Amino acid sequence: MRRQSALAAAVTIFCSGCGQADGAALAARVEIRGDAIPTSLTGEAGRVADGQAEFVSREGGHCVLCHRIEGLQAEFQGNVGPDLTGVGARLTEGQIRLRIVDAQRIWPDTVMPSYYRTGGLRQVGREYEGQPALTARQIEDLVAYLSSQGN
Amino acid sequence: MIRSVLFTLIFLPGCSQPLPPAMASDSALAPSEIRSGLTFLQPETQALQADDFSNPSYLWVDHGAELFSRTPPSGGEACATCHTATNHPQEGAAAHYPAYDEASKSLVNLEGRINLCRERHQSLPPLAYESEDLLALTGYVASLSRGVPVSVSIEGQAAPYYEMGRAYFFQRKGQLNLACSQCHNEHWGRQLRGDTISQGHGNAFPAYRLEWQAFGSLQRRLRDCDAGIRAEPLDYGSELYTAVELYLGSRASGLPMESPGVRR
Ligand code: HEC
Ligand code: HEC
Ligand code: HEC
Repeated sequence: MRRQSALAAAVTIFCSGCGQADGAALAARVEIRGDAIPTSLTGEAGRVADGQAEFVSREGGHCVLCHRIEGLQAEFQGNVGPDLTGVGARLTEGQIRLRIVDAQRIWPDTVMPSYYRTGGLRQVGREYEGQPALTARQIEDLVAYLSSQGN
Repeated sequence: MIRSVLFTLIFLPGCSQPLPPAMASDSALAPSEIRSGLTFLQPETQALQADDFSNPSYLWVDHGAELFSRTPPSGGEACATCHTATNHPQEGAAAHYPAYDEASKSLVNLEGRINLCRERHQSLPPLAYESEDLLALTGYVASLSRGVPVSVSIEGQAAPYYEMGRAYFFQRKGQLNLACSQCHNEHWGRQLRGDTISQGHGNAFPAYRLEWQAFGSLQRRLRDCDAGIRAEPLDYGSELYTAVELYLGSRASGLPMESPGVRR
């Protein structure tokens, strides 16, 4: 709570309008407040079950490449990133959303991909050009799933 | 509190905020911690590489040995006619590749070197990259360097290629915006799903990969890593990938050659 109010003081920035030139352009206009994106990218709540599937599947988010969640049915969960067991109790929905949308905004050197980014990238595979790694809807499903962890 | 101050700092500059680094941070491997990719594999995979009779690479290597001593159908000399124990010996040669070739004024890897001999000394057309015959010859020649420490020259004319390869290694790219160094310098030893990330050395290549169910070149492995981060892979035999091979060789200096290796 204390953190919430401190963050409210942080300046709100409208991103992606900032243009491709700053190298951080996202797939759509997104409002970032402090270290969070408070509102849903689709305007709707995501679905927990679909989010869980996204988290595991190779064609989807494939987050288990780097993260594990205790009790999740998936063989070989990675440990390049932190364990996300109970992450919903540690982070708000908005914080989780920004971490998926653009983790590199928070940790510039991180290996965690910025899943909603389309600008300032090089040598992007032809079939992926101009598209973010995940759609707004996929991200909202992941936000719903992760927020349900630990709550 | 500290966190929120930090965030304000990050976000305040807004549209004029500095570019997120296009280059990953310049970490390096300490020479004392250099380890072959072999040491990160499951014991069963290690055993496959260790035993020449079960190592599937030998299907290619044995074919390569045969090609090496075969007289070209169009006449002329076999590789083995020129390359003997005393004349341009092949033992240990592969450990020095890629190398700068004065005549063509370019950096050539082992595949390129073999093709140069075909063109210059056998009047044969170059073999296509990743063709069975080129893989076979490369695998055979590389197998004659097994155990020899990797030792490439990055001096003189090779220096600019080294720099080029090094820059590629630290360059973030692809839809996932990752650099080779982020996985192979900063996160080796970690689990990326079923794989333990190694330090990304090329000393086992050409190698048999279980995933390919085939023998393949180092550039094929590099293309897979680039595709994994959703970057457009470079063309086979491109100058830039050859430069990356040179950088990898220099980075792996002293590591024993393992080709024909076996990898996951
Ligand atoms: C290539 C590795 C990698 C992949 C793939 C990855 N992450 Fe991460 N993630 C990380 C790392 C590393 C961190 C920690 C940030 C840092 O310090 O660099 C992180 C941090 C996070 C955090 C913040 C955790 C905390 O406690 O602060 C969340 C939430 C998260 N990731 C969710 C996801 C989701 C959802 C996906 C898939 C859509 C995903 N990650 C894919 C590497 C990855
Ligand atoms: C007619 C002679 C001749 C034939 C045939 C020949 N080479 Fe060569 N090879 C050379 C010479 C001479 C060199 C030294 C570089 C040069 O002058 O091209 C060389 C260099 C090499 C090298 C680099 C050695 C080093 O230490 O740098 C390799 C590898 C090689 N040859 C492989 C082959 C293969 C494989 C074949 C058959 C496809 C082949 N050569 C056919 C004459 C020959
Ligand atoms: C997202 C992580 C990641 C990135 C980025 C990445 N790699 Fe890899 N690389 C892997 C994994 C996983 C493997 C297979 C396991 C191993 O051997 O490391 C691998 C294997 C390799 C190997 C074979 C090592 C061996 O002993 O068999 C080489 C060489 C290599 N990578 C080089 C590169 C280069 C060069 C780049 C950049 C063009 C790169 N990698 C980018 C994860 C990555």
